[in-house]
Amino acid sequence: MNFNATLIGQTITFIVFVWFCMKYIWPPLMAALEERNARISEGLAAAQRGQQDLEDAQAKVSDSLKDAKQQAQEIINQAQKRANEIVDEAKDSARDEADKIKVAATADIDQQVTAAREHLRKEVSVIALAGAEQILKREVDAKAHADVLDELVAQI
Amino acid sequence: MAGSYANSSEYIKHHLTNLVYGQHADGSWGFAHGADEIKEMGFWSINVDSMLFSVGLGCLFLWIFRRAAKKASTDAPTGMQNFVEMMIEFIDDSVRGSFSGKNPLVAPLALTIFVWIFLMNLMDLIAVDHIPWLASLLGVPYLKIVPSTDPNITFGMSLSVFALVIYYSIKMKGPGGFFAELAFHPFPKFMMPINLVLEGVTLIAKPVSLALRLFGNLYAGEMIFILIAIMYSGGWILGISGGFLQLGWAIFHILIITLQAFIFMTLTIVYLDMASQTDH
Repeated sequence: MNFNATLIGQTITFIVFVWFCMKYIWPPLMAALEERNARISEGLAAAQRGQQDLEDAQAKVSDSLKDAKQQAQEIINQAQKRANEIVDEAKDSARDEADKIKVAATADIDQQVTAAREHLRKEVSVIALAGAEQILKREVDAKAHADVLDELVAQI
Repeated sequence: MAGSYANSSEYIKHHLTNLVYGQHADGSWGFAHGADEIKEMGFWSINVDSMLFSVGLGCLFLWIFRRAAKKASTDAPTGMQNFVEMMIEFIDDSVRGSFSGKNPLVAPLALTIFVWIFLMNLMDLIAVDHIPWLASLLGVPYLKIVPSTDPNITFGMSLSVFALVIYYSIKMKGPGGFFAELAFHPFPKFMMPINLVLEGVTLIAKPVSLALRLFGNLYAGEMIFILIAIMYSGGWILGISGGFLQLGWAIFHILIITLQAFIFMTLTIVYLDMASQTDH
């Protein structure tokens, strides 16, 4: 171990190298590393946010889907109810109409029956009159015996 | 390759001698040939090989990292960029773990120490004869390619760290505080001289142990590589077993060189942390 001026030379070199490293190597590399760290953590946070947003959106979608389904169900229910009502109403009105027609028809029939009966009665009274004429062999004064005849007709 | 030497001890000695440039005894300047001439040159001579490799490797480190620093962006890093950023994060973690204060010097200092020492130690894994043999073809008499086996290099770094420790001790605690830490510490105040001796030794031990630990480990490692290399000249059976030994030791040495660089860095951070602590 013999010491010589190499000691001084190495000391100076060492100082210069450390100075250079401190000035031109460490700060830019460290800055770049820190910046990249920040960028990466930012990116991770953004990804997290995106994930959260996606989940929120999915929850919203399923919510509105459920709402829509419910609404559709309600509408269908209402429509069915309404349809039933319409059918019922139609039935009722049809029944009323039928009743009305039946009543009218019955009245018509009654009327015709009465008319026919009247007609027959008249016919019968004429025939009876003719018969009586025949029996009496003489002409019956219709006018003179009108009240008798009417009474007869009423009896038939 | 040891065949061109008179004996193994000369081979070993040759491999452990630096290429020294300085003033000869007769007043002329030049490279030293042999240990005697090195001794004659005294302090004002320089280990050209240590300086050359240490500065070269330091420049390699700065060049690689500077390139990465210029290209640094927030985009995904690739290749070398990735490696450099990994190193930076590793150092940053170490500093955050051991250094409690806030000091912009510590992290770059730790980075420089770790990478530079690692690169210097890495030279140990190059087979001991290759580069010195190439250099000898160019007429260079001695060449030690592992700067960290030169105590000048390790002490140059540890003394710089020691200067920083003293500087920050005085800056953070004030001259009085620093003195108080040295004088009044393990024992009560009236035993100040004993305290001063004890704490003085503790203080001085920091740079010495830092430098000697690195130097000792690498010097011993280099020595073993040289001893293994001698086996190559002892016939082909010894040569083949030497090859396996060399491989095994080199693999083990990968651990040592990294560990030594890491220890030097960590202790530097710890010493500076202790120096910066104000509440003692």
